Amino acid sequence: MPEMSYAQALNDALGQALANDPKVLVMGEDIGHHGGVFAVTKGLLERFGPKRVIDTPISESGFLGAAIGAATVGYRPVVELMWVDFAMVAMDPIVNQAAKTSYMSDGRVKVPLVIRTQQGAGRGNGAQHSQSLETMFAQVPGLKVAAPFEPADAKGMLMAAVEDDGPVIFLEHKLLYTRKGDVPGGRHVVPLGKAKVSRLGQDVTLVGLSRMVELAETAAKELSRQGVEAEVIDLRCLVPLDIETIRVSLQKTGRVVLVQEAHRSFGWAAEVSARLMEDSFDDLKAPVRRITSEDVPFPYNQRLEASVMPSVPKVVAAALSLCQDY
Amino acid sequence: MGEQDWRVGALSEMYRIRAFEEQSADFYRQGLLGGSLHLGIGQEAVAVGAVGALRSADQVTMTYRGRGQALAKGVSAAAMFAEMLGRSTGTSHGKGGPMHIYSPEAGAMGTNAIVAAGIPIAAGLALAAQLDESDRVVMTFFGDGAVNQGAFHEAMNLAAIWKLPLVLICENNLYSEMTPIREMVVQDDLADRAKAYAIPAAVVDGNDVVVVRQAAEEAVQRARSGQGPTFLECKTYRLVGHMLGDPEVYRTRDEVERWAANGPLVRLEASLVRDGRLTAKACEEMQAAAREEIQAAAAQALAEPEPDVAQALTHVF
Ligand SMILES: Cc1ncc(C[n+]2csc(CCOP(=O)(O)OP(=O)(O)O)c2C)c(N)n1
Ligand SMILES: [Mg+2]
Repeated sequence: MPEMSYAQALNDALGQALANDPKVLVMGEDIGHHGGVFAVTKGLLERFGPKRVIDTPISESGFLGAAIGAATVGYRPVVELMWVDFAMVAMDPIVNQAAKTSYMSDGRVKVPLVIRTQQGAGRGNGAQHSQSLETMFAQVPGLKVAAPFEPADAKGMLMAAVEDDGPVIFLEHKLLYTRKGDVPGGRHVVPLGKAKVSRLGQDVTLVGLSRMVELAETAAKELSRQGVEAEVIDLRCLVPLDIETIRVSLQKTGRVVLVQEAHRSFGWAAEVSARLMEDSFDDLKAPVRRITSEDVPFPYNQRLEASVMPSVPKVVAAALSLCQDY
Repeated sequence: MGEQDWRVGALSEMYRIRAFEEQSADFYRQGLLGGSLHLGIGQEAVAVGAVGALRSADQVTMTYRGRGQALAKGVSAAAMFAEMLGRSTGTSHGKGGPMHIYSPEAGAMGTNAIVAAGIPIAAGLALAAQLDESDRVVMTFFGDGAVNQGAFHEAMNLAAIWKLPLVLICENNLYSEMTPIREMVVQDDLADRAKAYAIPAAVVDGNDVVVVRQAAEEAVQRARSGQGPTFLECKTYRLVGHMLGDPEVYRTRDEVERWAANGPLVRLEASLVRDGRLTAKACEEMQAAAREEIQAAAAQALAEPEPDVAQALTHVF
C-alpha cells in the first residue's frame, strides 16, 4: 500500500471520483489553477478540465446554492469551502436547502452534494479561523457529517461521501493535512457511520473525532506506562453516529472519556454521553468524562489558545481519575 | 495648509506603513506570529490618501490586510505589534491577533478575517452616525474579491436606500488570493457595480496618493453633508504575496516589477523631488526616521509580557 499524506489521500479520492463518474464536479475558491490552498485539489484541473473542476468567485452562498441546483438534476458536486468558518456565510443553502430537499420532496429530489472543508484550532489563526463546527451541522436532520482522522479514511470516506445520494459535510482538519499513512490504491470506500477501534484496552475507553484521535492515542501510550490500558475509538462520523461501537467497548471497560475539540457545551460529546446514560447505564462504572475546548472563542495568543483546548495531559488525568476513583 | 505640506506628511505616513509591514514580515519570519500574515505593501497610497480625508471621530472597518489603514487612522504601532505578538499590551491583549485589530478610541472598528464582513458592519456604523444626528463619516475598506459576496451587495443597497454617510473603498489589487479578478468579474471596472445602486462612484489610480486623497475628500464631503454613500475603486497592486509564504505562481516577476516601478512610494518621492519640494536625501532621511520610530515600537512590543492564561476566559459576553 502506498504511503500518502492526508492531503494526497483526499486528492487521490477526488481524482478517482472524477475519473469514475462524469457527473462528479469539483468546485471552490482557488481550487483549480492553484490546486487549493491546502493542495487537496492539485492537478485536477489539468487532468479533468475547467468543466469538471470549477474555480469560483468568493461567493459561498451563491456557489453552494448553484451546486445544490446541479445536484438535484444528477450532478455530484464536491464543493470546497476553504475554511469551515466561511460556511457561516452560506448557512441557508446548507441548512434550509440541501438538508431538507429530499424530505420536502418526499425523496423525489435528491442532493448528492459533498461539502469539503477544514476546521480546527492550534495554529494561532484567531477566532474566525479556528472553530470546530461539526455539531452545528450534525444538529440538522438531512446532513451527514464525516470527520476522518487517518489518511486511508480520508480517502475512503470521501469516496463514500461522493457516492452518497444526500448532502455530506466532510470535515478535514488543518493540522492533519501532512499526516502520513498507508492508503489503499484504486477505489477504496469506507462506509459513513462506522467508528473504528484503533487501540485495544480494557480499563478505559477514549473516544475522539478528527485530530482528537491523535491526542487519545498519545494519551493511551502514556496511560499504558502508568499501568492503565485504554481502548481508543476513532468516531469518524457524527451522522450517522456509531454509538454501538462505543457501547461494546464500554461493556468491557466501564469507563469513557470523550475528547472533543469543539467548545464544551452542546457538543457531540454531550450527545454521546446522553445516549450512553440512556442505553448503557448499567455498564458505566464511572461518570462519563468530557475533555473539550472551553466555551470561549479561540484566542490568538498560542499559549492562551492551548490553555483552552484539549491536551494529552488533560486526557490522561481524566482517564486516571476515572480508573482510580471508580 | 498647502498641497506641498500635505504631500510631505503623506509620504512620511506611507513610509511608516511600509516600515510597519516590513517589521511585521520580520516578526513572521522569526516565528513570532501565529496564523497567517497578509501585508499591504504597495497599497499604502490608498490607506494614506483615503484615511487622510477623515477626522479622528470618523470610523473605519478593514480587512486582514488593513493594519496600514489602522495605523493611518491613529492606532498605536506599538499596541498593534503587541497584539500581533500576542502580548498583554496589545489592542486586544493578544486575544485578537493581526486579523482582529480593534481600537475604538481611534475609530478603528475592526480588521476582519471574513471577506466582505466589514462592509455591512460599516453600514451599521454609518446608520448609527445618522441616527445620532452626528456628522461622523464611516469608511470601509475591502478588496476586489469582496464585490462578489452577497454581503457587499446587500450593504450597498442599504447604504443607498438609507443615504448612509458611508465611503466604500475597494482596493482593487487585481487578485483575490491566487485568482485574477478579471476571471471572476466581467466588467473591467468594479466601480460599475455602484451604478446598479445609484451610488456615485469613481475609478481612481490607487497608487497616486494625491488622486486618492482628492476623491476621498469629495466622498467624505458628500457623506458628511447628508448626500449619502460613495464608492471608490482604487486600482492598486500588492507587491508581495497574498500572505507570507505565498509562492506567487499565479503572476510573473515581470508584472510585479512593472508595478513596483509604479509603486506609491516611488511615485510620490519622484513627484516631490521633481517639484522641488524635497530632495532625494530628505526622502531618505524621512524614511530612516519612520523606520526608527517603527523599530522602537517593535522593540517596545517585544519587551511586553504575554497575558495571563486566565485572560483567555474573559470578555466572552
Ligand atoms: C467568506 C470568506 N471566504 C473566503 C475567505 C478566504 N480568503 C481570504 S482572503 C481571500 C481573498 C480576498 O481577496 P480580495 O477581496 O481581493 O482582498 P485582498 O486579499 O486582495 O486584499 C479569500 C478568498 C475568507 N476569508 N472569507
Ligand atoms: Mg484583491
